[in-house]
Amino acid sequence: MKIEVNNLTKLYKGKKALDQLSFSLDEPKIYGLLGRNGAGKTTFMQILAGLLLPTSGSLLVDGEAPFDKQRLTESMCLIKEGDNFKKDLKIKNVLTIASMFYPTWDQELARQLLEEFSLQENMKVKGLSKGMESALGIIVGLASKAPITMFDEPYIGLDASARSRFYELLVESYQKEKRTIIFSTHLIDEVSLLFEEVLIFDDGKLIVQEEPDQLRDTCFSISGPASLLEDYISGKWVVHTQRLAGNMTATVIGLDKHEAQANGFQVEGVSMQQLMIYLTSKQGGVKK
Amino acid sequence: MNNSLDDSKPIFQQIKEQIEDMIINHSILEGERVPSTNEFASYYKINPATAAKGINQLVDEGVLYKRRGVGMFVSDQAKHILFQKRKASFIENYVVPLKTEAKKLNISEEELQELIKGGDER
Repeated sequence: MKIEVNNLTKLYKGKKALDQLSFSLDEPKIYGLLGRNGAGKTTFMQILAGLLLPTSGSLLVDGEAPFDKQRLTESMCLIKEGDNFKKDLKIKNVLTIASMFYPTWDQELARQLLEEFSLQENMKVKGLSKGMESALGIIVGLASKAPITMFDEPYIGLDASARSRFYELLVESYQKEKRTIIFSTHLIDEVSLLFEEVLIFDDGKLIVQEEPDQLRDTCFSISGPASLLEDYISGKWVVHTQRLAGNMTATVIGLDKHEAQANGFQVEGVSMQQLMIYLTSKQGGVKK
Repeated sequence: MNNSLDDSKPIFQQIKEQIEDMIINHSILEGERVPSTNEFASYYKINPATAAKGINQLVDEGVLYKRRGVGMFVSDQAKHILFQKRKASFIENYVVPLKTEAKKLNISEEELQELIKGGDER
């Protein structure tokens, strides 16, 4: 399904949660949605899921706004950080409701995943630990097989090994059937390899939409004598600088590694996590 | 084979290098099948499209060939192609940094050549 976002703006009590967002997600891919708290990730996903109306601008899924349109909402599954399910339901009720809501529901997969995460059908949501509740969210998200599935920090309380299993299951299920998966996370180091495209939000704006390998191939930390380096990086997209004595390190997007090396500078790769920190901290920002 | 990938370098490149290494060190021979996109994706928990990009580049370079419905296989000229390629990048990855460092330390060309000659006597 094609998602088109045009000048999308959402105000909460006069504060802009989303500020003239425009981009499109054309193909079924695993998208990473990154940004600091309050960057607008959750608001965006809620509008996409048809739970909120934009203040202005538009978000269209296959040409239509999702708010209150069952044909669209039944092809979208949003798993939030918590409170995904009514507390007094049993797990089996949760699954039955989901199976009625999602035409693409895979009951067999849901059953397998319950076993995998050691959940029993007769447990009540109320009685689940945080980690178990997150596991249930993950199970519903995966088994929904919804053409647009969104995970918004879905793993509170899940330990490292359960998270790792979740990533494996996500890759497995995506391999069997491609769909649009939007994954919002702060644990970038754990999942950055899963993304085929990343979107970085900052203060309600989109500052980067790119293939991760493209970023890994053009974003570097470059160091050398400050006097030489300053000249070399002028006019480039510098997201961070640091100085020590007469030396300087600058993190630059859109750098030609070989050229910089040929100029005698030291060049090092930057992890996605580090890049995100630089891009969204006040020092770096979007100066181009 | 590495157990994990480095998030600060292009992932498709690393997948490509893994396969190249497997061919160069004889762990996969000419005519044998290489792991599929899905096998790489599951093993490293990476996006299948990224793994596919690495594998497809090796097909384009003539190192691998596709047998429809069966998978990717190592071509007969794979090793030859890889040695040529590795020689070219040897200059960039080893010779250039060596010379840069030597220059920084005021080591002359002649001195450097002597050092290289004597290097394996250490």
